[in-house]
Amino acid sequence: MAESKDVLQRTALYDWHVEQGGRMVPFAGWEMPVQYPTGPLVEHQTTRQAAGLFDIDHMGQMEVRGPEAEIFVNHLVTYDVTKMGLFDAHYGLLCYEDGGCVDDLFIYKLPDTQSKDSECYFLIVINASNRAKDVAWVKSHTAGFDVSVKDISDETYMMAFQGPLAPAILNRLTKGDAESVKRFTASQDVILGDVPVLLGRTGYTGEDGFELFFSAEQAVRVWEAILKAGEPEGAKAIGLAARDSLRFEACMPLYGHELSPTITPVEAGLNFALSLDRDFIGRDALLKQKLESSGRALVGLELIDKGVAREGYQVQHGGQMVGALTSGMFAPTLKNFLGMAYVPRSLSARGTELEILIRDKATRAKIVKKPFYVPAYRR
Amino acid sequence: MNVPTDLKYAKSDEWIRVEGEVATIGISDYAQDALSDIVYVDLPQVGASYTAGQPFGSVESVKAQSDVYLPVGGTVTAVNEALGQTPELVNSDPFGAGWLVKIQLTDAAPLAGLMDAAAYTAFCAGRAH
Repeated sequence: MAESKDVLQRTALYDWHVEQGGRMVPFAGWEMPVQYPTGPLVEHQTTRQAAGLFDIDHMGQMEVRGPEAEIFVNHLVTYDVTKMGLFDAHYGLLCYEDGGCVDDLFIYKLPDTQSKDSECYFLIVINASNRAKDVAWVKSHTAGFDVSVKDISDETYMMAFQGPLAPAILNRLTKGDAESVKRFTASQDVILGDVPVLLGRTGYTGEDGFELFFSAEQAVRVWEAILKAGEPEGAKAIGLAARDSLRFEACMPLYGHELSPTITPVEAGLNFALSLDRDFIGRDALLKQKLESSGRALVGLELIDKGVAREGYQVQHGGQMVGALTSGMFAPTLKNFLGMAYVPRSLSARGTELEILIRDKATRAKIVKKPFYVPAYRR
Repeated sequence: MNVPTDLKYAKSDEWIRVEGEVATIGISDYAQDALSDIVYVDLPQVGASYTAGQPFGSVESVKAQSDVYLPVGGTVTAVNEALGQTPELVNSDPFGAGWLVKIQLTDAAPLAGLMDAAAYTAFCAGRAH
């Protein structure tokens, strides 16, 4: 097998990250900054209290266009995209027939100005680790549909700018256009400086903020323009470690952890992403599981005893193994040691005491409400 | 990178300061920097005995868990209680306020195999961060 280091991809900001002391690590086939010199705790708080800029160009994007784009996407994704208006952005998943997850997605429904035959097209954001698999999966289902599927990851740059002060900062760069974009919608051709961007009021941190899509050759200019504009407010570049702790506190699933081919979105509790009143791939399995309350449930755990519970650690009940942690860490905003795990539904009630095996020591934990940190836009 | 010259170092990045029959153990500046923000330190009970090379606790950062090993044989006489509330002392002062345990030496022979500051500096330079 080839050394993974030989094939790691780099984003256009790689040199910038290195110059700024970013600690580069392999992630999903990419060499990405896990942190900058200030460290993940400060980066986490910067995003919660001010604004943080994230290079997330490792994420993939595909476009689905054509007269039957809407019914085609609806055949594949768990959320009913016919309920979305133009410019809406919504979370959804691709599932296998058995309900297991191919990937989780953000779906943008945008006006199709390239064609007279269709009103809308879909921009679908996919995980870096699943890019090839997702594109192949979607393309393998196009037979009988008048659609075209295109992987546009290489030419599309993706950044996230998140935090309570992010809207005001981006406003200054967009002549007031940023703040007019409503939560879970997007605006096309917002001019940031002199670069046209697709601006989604979306994110993966539990804070207000944006995800930006634009032409890849503008990456360094856009990045530096945002950091410079945000300097008075203390906006900073943020690495993957803080990205993980931010999403973890908000209990947003991470594929490969809370989601996988052997985990269903019903088990993950992603009801807001499921429209089970119509047909799509995996619907029958998901509906059956929901009606029967079968499968496991994803729960949030707070340690009662001292320790750090981490991914992979066994969860026990009365000495019997009942699950394993999908994620676990110190939650910097809540100053608490937390985890998420799949357990049998009979053991998933809030307040239930379980034990987590931390280096062979049974450590008491109790099930608490999710999300640990309620996103700012839901308060 | 700070590497005090009055200490001995293990390949697993612990330092040891020996004063007669008593020794103080912590982790190096290199190790705290590699771990980054430390959020929890798991330390043994006073009175616990270890042979050289045995793990006696765990230092945990945001991203990683790292066992810490006793470079010599000994019985724990004190643990740094301050780390319970302020584990970040290991980051800010690894050779001082961020010490981990004090021990009564029961097997000092392995001291001869530990690195001095120059050897440890060279050892660290030879590793990718």
